[in-house]
Amino acid sequence: MTASVSAEGVGKIFNARTKKQVDALVDVSLTIEPGEFVSLIGPSGCGKSTLLRLFADLLEPTSGKLLVNGKSARQARLDQDYGMAFQQAGLFEWRNVSRNIELPLEIHGWDAAKRHDRAKEMLELVKLSEFANHMPWQLSGGMQQRVAIARALAAHPALLLMDEPFGALDEMTREHMQAELLSICAKTGTTVVFVTHSIPEAVYLSDRVVVMSPRPGRITAIVDVGLGDERNVDTREASEFYGKITEVREALRGAEHGVGVAKVAGIEDR
Amino acid sequence: MTDTLLDAGTPGSEGVHDDVVLDRARRQLPVRKALMVPLALALFVVVWEGYKAIGPADGGSIFGWKIIPRTNDRAMPHIIDMLRRFDRPEVRGANQRTVLAAVIAATWYSFRVSLFGFALGVVTGLVLAAVMARFNIARKAILPYLVLSQTVPLIALAPITVSWGGKIHLFGLDFEKWMSAAVLSAFLAFFPVAVGALRGFSSPKESSLELLDSYAATWSQGFWKLRFPSAVPYLVPAFKLAASLAVVGVVVSEISIGLRFGIGRLIISYYQDGTSDPAKVYTAVFGAVVLGLVMAGLVALIDRALTRNRPMEAST
Repeated sequence: MTASVSAEGVGKIFNARTKKQVDALVDVSLTIEPGEFVSLIGPSGCGKSTLLRLFADLLEPTSGKLLVNGKSARQARLDQDYGMAFQQAGLFEWRNVSRNIELPLEIHGWDAAKRHDRAKEMLELVKLSEFANHMPWQLSGGMQQRVAIARALAAHPALLLMDEPFGALDEMTREHMQAELLSICAKTGTTVVFVTHSIPEAVYLSDRVVVMSPRPGRITAIVDVGLGDERNVDTREASEFYGKITEVREALRGAEHGVGVAKVAGIEDR
Repeated sequence: MTDTLLDAGTPGSEGVHDDVVLDRARRQLPVRKALMVPLALALFVVVWEGYKAIGPADGGSIFGWKIIPRTNDRAMPHIIDMLRRFDRPEVRGANQRTVLAAVIAATWYSFRVSLFGFALGVVTGLVLAAVMARFNIARKAILPYLVLSQTVPLIALAPITVSWGGKIHLFGLDFEKWMSAAVLSAFLAFFPVAVGALRGFSSPKESSLELLDSYAATWSQGFWKLRFPSAVPYLVPAFKLAASLAVVGVVVSEISIGLRFGIGRLIISYYQDGTSDPAKVYTAVFGAVVLGLVMAGLVALIDRALTRNRPMEAST
């Protein structure tokens, strides 16, 4: 079976050969299998968002070999093999909910009837059917993010790339959205790469948590979560859950000792 | 009873922001705006007539400077006299058209030229801004010239456009004098549109641009689906400026290129009758004011069409 993402010795250098040279990523090797949910976690500057943008072909790696769905990242982008969601829902405020979801389909030249049917299907998936004709500013933050997820999945991509999608939501909405996301992925079988700086979020959602460290950005540990496919409110209170949180936290601390950085910035324990 | 009424008023509004409140604000605004117009007019009448009643007939000076306006009938005619003047003929004699008819005809003429200048200015401004947004090098090359262009006085340009115009015969069409006025009007109007649209086209957030990149969208898809709609909040105030500049451009160039039929020309010719007929020039000024208001109203309609379905914050 072709891996969803396969990175071998991938590196990214910004401003190469200048005084402002930054080694954003060094020697990253990671294989993500279809249907897997993988989180990237690490302090600010560890290159987790950069890595996600390499997968999305929004940035090009300076070294190494990167395949998405068995093709070059560029070909995967052109083929619309992945959907993407950001911290800000980023809905177009002049389009209603349904037409926001249709946006990627419009750009890929789908005809209106097909687009409309797909938007309806996606709205059912994220449980917002009755809001099809609402404007984005009439929705709460959590609902907007659900629309953004529906938009990312509209073309039925095999891979979903998410950059701190719940970072701007309040804690309660966030937990609710995490549960929603898991149920959506269970229904669609989508592979997810999820960037976050919240340890419990990473543990609750993921099959594997990839721990990264800064200066230069690289992978320092990969934690297998193994909490099973059925996760619910009880999962959050189980001792295995706390065990895994501790394991990820220690991996992060280990990463911190490894480079002698005094403190790990931007990591949430909640 | 009251409870059921209240309940019926907010069906299914859970999780939805205060759209009820927003709707109310939207509905009230035009009413309040409509009330402001007669109120402002009334205030103007009160100030004008009030000052005329108490001010010195031959003016006055402060510290030797003659800055207190005269209030005699030649300098400040009664408003009622201005209004009466509309009903009488332009010049003494039978079968002459009334001042009202003359002012309406001149305003209508200038309106058409202004509209043409406005449209030309808006199109030019939008195209320039799109080119500048697309090509960084074009932005660097064009922008300084745009700023420079606005330092050239219109009066200086007016005769030049007329003499150039006399040599142009495009597609069997002669370049007529009114076209010079329209071009000059567009010359003033395009600038705020170009600058506003450029800011607007560059306003989308990085993540929105990344989103389109992730769809492998072309530049023109990005322009029509993201950049242009993002620019709307910047375009509306730019259009407002452009509309009033278009009117100024037409009125000033009518005078400086000697274009007959328009309201600018009428103001000058009525002004020359000022000594014997001081109220007459104000009728033409009314015409110019109405022209400005009509253009402003037109932009308000464009604004409405562009910003329907948007939150109130975006349409200011």
